[in-house]
Amino acid sequence: MRDAPAPTLTLVYLARLRDAFGAAGERVVLPADVTTAAQLREWLAARGGAWAIELAPGRAVRIAVNHDIAQPETPVRPGDEVALLPPVTGG
Amino acid sequence: MTVRVQTGDFDAGRELALLRGGDRRVGAVAAFIGTVRDINDDATVATLTLEHYPGMTEKALTAIVDEARSRWDIVDALVIHRVGKLAPADQIVLVGVTSAHRGEAFAACEFIMDYLKTRAPFWKKEATPDGVRWVDARASDDDAAARWEEAATSGPKA
Repeated sequence: MRDAPAPTLTLVYLARLRDAFGAAGERVVLPADVTTAAQLREWLAARGGAWAIELAPGRAVRIAVNHDIAQPETPVRPGDEVALLPPVTGG
Repeated sequence: MTVRVQTGDFDAGRELALLRGGDRRVGAVAAFIGTVRDINDDATVATLTLEHYPGMTEKALTAIVDEARSRWDIVDALVIHRVGKLAPADQIVLVGVTSAHRGEAFAACEFIMDYLKTRAPFWKKEATPDGVRWVDARASDDDAAARWEEAATSGPKA
């Protein structure tokens, strides 16, 4: 019996973060212990390099889950679209 | 309610006429137009490129207008925000609010702009003689939005 493809979460990187990470987004398979927005941020920061710099604690990065601004404890699940947003500068 | 993100320019007169729509309850129309400055943080700006997060932008703007409607007795509201490449003196954003009396229209219009500046997913990138740079968020914009957190519906705290 074949395994089903691992369920993925879609990451979207916007503006300055897209430049810093060198990609507009990616699909990832979450480890079992990454279930909230805060845990996702820590998991990505642990990649090191630009990730560690841009997502360091205290850096102003907001997370949107399925187009709504998330709180640290907001759940993230396979199938979600999760965006990393630098501080906004419209208007 | 009209919320629109577009690359093209807008005709504020036409948009405000549509917003009013001949509604006889309307006694006041307040509008704000944001335009591109040629100097920002002491650098000459040649062009400004605005990007947004499609899908979330419209949702965020609609939520801001809904919040304004819940705080003030307004008749209707309009937000048009441009994206793409703009030049100094170009129009960026139009906010229009109609109400029976001017106080509500002024307050709701300012509230929508303050929240748009801090909550709607738009980002500006400037081309200057020193190169291209993402515009930094301003603490003064956060302060402007925070005034409304505890403000009575009549307007922001001084």
